[in-house]
Amino acid sequence: MEFILNNKKVRYDGDPSRRLLDVLRDDFDMTEQKEGCREGECGACAVLLNKKSINSCITAIGSLEGQEVMTLEGYRETKQYKVLEEAFAKAGAVQCGFCIPGMIMAAESLLSENPNPSEADIREGIAGNLCRCTGYNMIIEGIQMAAKEGKGLW
Amino acid sequence: MISKSITKKDHAEKMSGMAKYLADYRYKDMLHAKIVRSQKAHARILNIELPVMKEGYGIVDAFDVPINKIKVIKAEQPVFAEGEVKFIGEAILMIVGPDKELVEQYAADVTITYEELPAVLKLEDSVISCVRYEFEHGAVKELFDKAYRIREEIFTTGYQEQAYIEPQGAIGLYENEKITMIGSLQCPYYVKSAIEYAMEEAPDKVQVIQSTTGGAFGGKEDYPSLLGCFVAAAAKKFKKPVRLLYDRREDMAVTTKRHPARFVYRTALDENNEILAMDIDARLDGGAYEGLSSVVLQRCLLALTGVYKIPAIHVIGQVMETNTVPNGAFRGFGAPQSFFAIEMLMTHLAKEAGVLVLDYKKKYMVKQGDDTLTKGNFRYPVILPEMIAEAEKLSHYSEKAAQYQHQQGRYKKGIGMSVFLHGCGFTGSAEKDHIKSVLKLVKYEDDTVEILASNTDMGQGLKTTFAKIAAQVLSIPVENIRIANPDTDRVPNSGPTVASRSIMVVGKLIERAAEKLRDNYKKGEYQEIIEHYVHSEMIPWDISTFSGDAYPTYSWGVNVVETEVDTLLGQAKLLGVWGIFDVGTAIDETIMKGQMEGGMLQGLGYGSCEKMENAGGAIKQASMTDYIIPTAKDTIPFVTKMMENPYEGGPFGAKGAGELTIIGAAPAYAAAVECAIGKEVTAIPVTQEKILSLL
Repeated sequence: MEFILNNKKVRYDGDPSRRLLDVLRDDFDMTEQKEGCREGECGACAVLLNKKSINSCITAIGSLEGQEVMTLEGYRETKQYKVLEEAFAKAGAVQCGFCIPGMIMAAESLLSENPNPSEADIREGIAGNLCRCTGYNMIIEGIQMAAKEGKGLW
Repeated sequence: MISKSITKKDHAEKMSGMAKYLADYRYKDMLHAKIVRSQKAHARILNIELPVMKEGYGIVDAFDVPINKIKVIKAEQPVFAEGEVKFIGEAILMIVGPDKELVEQYAADVTITYEELPAVLKLEDSVISCVRYEFEHGAVKELFDKAYRIREEIFTTGYQEQAYIEPQGAIGLYENEKITMIGSLQCPYYVKSAIEYAMEEAPDKVQVIQSTTGGAFGGKEDYPSLLGCFVAAAAKKFKKPVRLLYDRREDMAVTTKRHPARFVYRTALDENNEILAMDIDARLDGGAYEGLSSVVLQRCLLALTGVYKIPAIHVIGQVMETNTVPNGAFRGFGAPQSFFAIEMLMTHLAKEAGVLVLDYKKKYMVKQGDDTLTKGNFRYPVILPEMIAEAEKLSHYSEKAAQYQHQQGRYKKGIGMSVFLHGCGFTGSAEKDHIKSVLKLVKYEDDTVEILASNTDMGQGLKTTFAKIAAQVLSIPVENIRIANPDTDRVPNSGPTVASRSIMVVGKLIERAAEKLRDNYKKGEYQEIIEHYVHSEMIPWDISTFSGDAYPTYSWGVNVVETEVDTLLGQAKLLGVWGIFDVGTAIDETIMKGQMEGGMLQGLGYGSCEKMENAGGAIKQASMTDYIIPTAKDTIPFVTKMMENPYEGGPFGAKGAGELTIIGAAPAYAAAVECAIGKEVTAIPVTQEKILSLL
């Protein structure tokens, strides 16, 4: 099967029932996305599938024929990422960092759909991503700052 | 100016996903490991039947560990159970081999025959304590005899799971007859010493390296010593890299948690409702092995009277043995349990006396120069009155508390305030007697300076705050300070990353070392400074009588929580959360804000939704689905404020900060619910079901 990974067409010929997370981490050596629970609860493994954030730990690779997958490895090359990176630094949004790759995916997914999200929209947008360090508010501030600083990018 | 925030030193690598956490390490020929665990709470092992395994697969068990004990405080818990198991989830053996799935299959195919033994599964049912302290200060019996009345109240608190987002794990390497353990951990030298002990290895044959750690909260203080012994034994036996990664369910079922607790407070009161004395029975559920429970209990007991000066106290504190998963370190370390109890007790006593809660609390609140409950001294400024005034100004606590007295209808509002402290650093004389921290500062020829310490950054920002201390003293850019994840082959033992000690104790060593370097600075030359811990003697601590100064100083907090309870459904919604903290000086304002925000939400979870129970000896909520930690939608913006109160013993006036922030939220929340529904709350978590049952 073929799918688009970080804007490049790639081939995968293994077991179609494998989890996308395992394929990314083990076959493509992309360890940016993390495994926190393996049952779709924590969001640490989130990637963009056709621009929307999904949990790669509960997505079978076989379902992705021809689809577009983006991981942090691809996303960190974008202008949008740079804006988020600066905003998260300023807001102090990153502590242990383990939830962050997933949070970035959730933030991009939200902002691409809604460039001017309200605080409630942001809470909804990252509700599937657990963070145990920050209490979320500084991440929310980070996303708000990014939306403001990156006006026009999303 | 030190407090002014900078971008964290590890921001770029964590943001970009390039930081290497344990599961991101790759080695050629790496083997996978899976532990086979006890399914019985207490049993004799009669027989172990292994599946037929392919070549290259095998087991590791007690026979592979020369001294089959995990060294924590005592060396008591076996690395692998031998003959007898004492809790569900206890490790019996480990399957090791090249293919992860096959390893897991073999582990599932091991058949163990048990002979069941009587098991104690509940704290209330346990009559055997593994730790017991008793102390008395003041003429308690006399005061109880002359009391006008005696009030008895029981408080209970549940388990809390650390729920770091990165599960636990370790990698073991064996090269040139040397064991290397890489792990997600807080205390590299704890693990090193545990491996040396169990594997009977010389210090130069064991190396421990911290991988970037995805949260810990105490959960990676004691437990990694066990993981270290597992992978050390396996790597040595198989002579290959061995990786042991826990999945979330395994992690939640078998790793250490916050001790459930039960307190019986007997308060002797006179006819004016003045407190004469307290007689307190405090019990923690230790689980099947003692581990760190004795020191957790010490901190728990030292917090029993909160921030209040009680004329006389008698305390019996015990860690009770049960056939359940051993409990251990968790941010706050025994204090969150006690603070819930004492804050609720003071609230209830005030109500009985017909006095405003805050007025009642203020009457007993400690001041600078007062004795601590162990006849130590609060020798530094106590700014609680200013902090409470600030909390009032921001939250309008008293005004709202009065307003919420008589409410009608389905939705009722409530507001609660907690006042608390946290003793900074190790309890008693441990820094001087056991830890004896050593810190190294190296200046290279290019004039960059490296901090060599064994303290770990687990998200709390230590790389940044440590670097800021050195940079500020040396007046060099923080970019010129290097600090890496600790590797015991490179860093001296500056002690564990626990007890809110890193900044105050090790940060002070950095400050002093940097001052020495600054005063003897030689441009372009290699220079090395070694700094040792210096103890400032106060009133000597005596554990046998629980007397003297238990801590060099204290950090303080005031939390206010406002809630609205739907009395039909039992749901409590947050309306406001305020946190005022005195941590001396914050080394970085944004990092401190992160501690306040994160700590308070973790405390709110503890007080409200984080319910974990033991059913037949097994943890019932052992997944992120069943154990509910707050999401972004469950919380609201918090108002946080730091109040400067520099402490001469800490770098730039800094005191301990990390644990303090979790302590006050649960009692403030419980008091807010109590205010709303008019029913006494004596147990946490105050879940929706709990509120309904109270109504």
